[in-house]
Amino acid sequence: MSAPEAPFEIIIKPKSVFTLGWKELWQYRELLYFFTWKEIKVRYKQAALGILWTLLQPLAMMTIFVLLLAQGMGLKTGNIPAPVYYLCGLLIWNLFNHGVTHASQSMVSNANIIKKIYFPRLVIPLSAVLTSSFDFMISLVLFYGLLLYYSIINSFSVAWLHLGISILIAYIIVIFTAFSLGTFLSAINVKYRDVRYVLPFLIQTLFFITPVMYDTSIIKQPWIKTILELNPLNFAIDLIRNNIINSSTFLWPEWSFWVPVVIILLYITAIYTFRKTEAYFADIV
Amino acid sequence: MKPIIEVKHVWKEYQKGIDRRYKSLRDTITSIPGRIFGEEKEKFWALEDIDFRVDAGESLGIIGKNGAGKSTLLKILSRITPPTKGEIVLRGRVASLLEVGTGFHPELTGRENIFFNGSILGMKNQEIKRKFDEIVDFSGVESFIDTPLKHYSSGMQMRLAFSVAAHLESEILLIDEVLAVGDAEFQKKCIGKMDDVSKGEGKTILFVSHDLILIKNLCQFGILIKDGKIKPKKEVNLTITEYLKNLKTHIFDISNSSRRGLNRLKFTKIEFLGGNKKSTQFNLVKSGESLNIRFYYSSIIRSSNIKFSIGINSQIGQRICILNSDMLKSNLNIHTGQGFFELSIKRLPLTIGSYTANVYCEVDSILEDWIKDAFCFEVIGGDFYKIGKEYPKHNGNVYFEFNII
Repeated sequence: MSAPEAPFEIIIKPKSVFTLGWKELWQYRELLYFFTWKEIKVRYKQAALGILWTLLQPLAMMTIFVLLLAQGMGLKTGNIPAPVYYLCGLLIWNLFNHGVTHASQSMVSNANIIKKIYFPRLVIPLSAVLTSSFDFMISLVLFYGLLLYYSIINSFSVAWLHLGISILIAYIIVIFTAFSLGTFLSAINVKYRDVRYVLPFLIQTLFFITPVMYDTSIIKQPWIKTILELNPLNFAIDLIRNNIINSSTFLWPEWSFWVPVVIILLYITAIYTFRKTEAYFADIV
Repeated sequence: MKPIIEVKHVWKEYQKGIDRRYKSLRDTITSIPGRIFGEEKEKFWALEDIDFRVDAGESLGIIGKNGAGKSTLLKILSRITPPTKGEIVLRGRVASLLEVGTGFHPELTGRENIFFNGSILGMKNQEIKRKFDEIVDFSGVESFIDTPLKHYSSGMQMRLAFSVAAHLESEILLIDEVLAVGDAEFQKKCIGKMDDVSKGEGKTILFVSHDLILIKNLCQFGILIKDGKIKPKKEVNLTITEYLKNLKTHIFDISNSSRRGLNRLKFTKIEFLGGNKKSTQFNLVKSGESLNIRFYYSSIIRSSNIKFSIGINSQIGQRICILNSDMLKSNLNIHTGQGFFELSIKRLPLTIGSYTANVYCEVDSILEDWIKDAFCFEVIGGDFYKIGKEYPKHNGNVYFEFNII
């Protein structure tokens, strides 16, 4: 495994130091690319509809939400058309959900490679998260299609730009959160396969505290509201929803200082846990 | 010039048994009382104070029995697992072929797999593109290059895998038994490539194999690892001689080997006897010579319906043949207490190499004892056809008695 731009001297020592390892990861960026590329290729190779599934899944969920929530229960979605409203939440949720799920299983499912070849292990969960970004990009096509259909964007305007920026910021927040949580779980999963049982429950719980199906403003109980505010996804979804309808100013949602704190704490915990166990993955996976 | 590889007092500790595998949270919780009350988990040193230097351009064979620690050493050198103590300095890029074809995916085409596999092994995109034709050419699978790998034969997969690995650019090459791939012709090609790499291109090679002949041909120096400890680096012939001396034994105590079956009949030891059955002989045997092996058992049942068999495997785990009492006219009997079966072979028809053997016994159609790799032996060559010369290895595993007119 000749490291790209390998240092002239490689020193192998018992692992003890805590390093972030982003520098080494940068050296292996091509491997990261190939890992992600492989995941995407393999995922759709045998499916007859291939990449269309990426569009069909959110489309089907959106339809169910519209029928059940908007039509059935008569929930209001403000001045945003119901399909756009729910799809926006679903896109963010799917990005997070797939990212965390794939990343947390990634170390175990690549065990055969880990046991045979050295490379920075962080490549694996990171590529899992990036793979789900690919799905996100594809389903953005659907989202923009809907926006066109409802004449929300017609021509280039500053509102259009605002929406683009809000999606980008939301994407970064979600991917960062998914990467942290997924990486943390993947490291734990190497040692304790219990993660497999905990994960569906965790994901479901998170789904309920993420405003995919509802608007945060309908929550009245203050302490529940606080819990919702801790959730970075909440901020991401609100950010996009705020900027969907033509507006000449960029609208930040109500935000709590807890969002960055939660994101950073998650990240530090994840990297610390991963780094601490990384060296021994090959021995125990 | 500083040595290209410096291994400085490296130790590696493993926990014994099941603890090396993953655990469930429950296991950890239930083991808490044990930890509080000082029940230490059993640990052992897989490597103890390994210390050696390799100069640039040297080829070094690492020899040792299964489980001696050779593979652990290579894993540490290739950074898959860290040492527990000690330090290694590598002054050059490392390519490790611990197993060819790592990361191959059946759904991807040959072309896609070359790119992915090459990238895992540390090649850059540009490098793979540049060498792509050469890799495909060497593998000999041109016409299937855009076919998904799942439609390849296992031989083709191995050839492709080896080709990728053989084209890595690095100063140091770590190899673990990868030459056991493909058919004889491809093997020869691989060995030729290895030879080029070590002698022609001047790369530094660390090579682990059971194939002593191959080590002798490819390596200048050898180190012997025995029970996790290292014997000093020597010229390869001397290391091989030392290894063979170490290896030989005439009794295998298998009373505590892991086994399957009801065990009302249990094998206890295996003894190699000379051709005349009187003198003891070591488990180093020559092709074409006679051989007697005794299998001692202790039994609490008696029967005359016995099926006893010995399966002989090559060092890469390939079954060479099976010797089954069912194949013979005579019947075996067992009685309660101690006893033995005796296998006698008139002219050993195996070629040079290491072999392992499984022992299996059924009594009244019930599996009583089955031990994998119960014993091993080394065939050290010999003049099977009595024509005054030995035939070289890498041309099959067996000799036939035959005639051509």
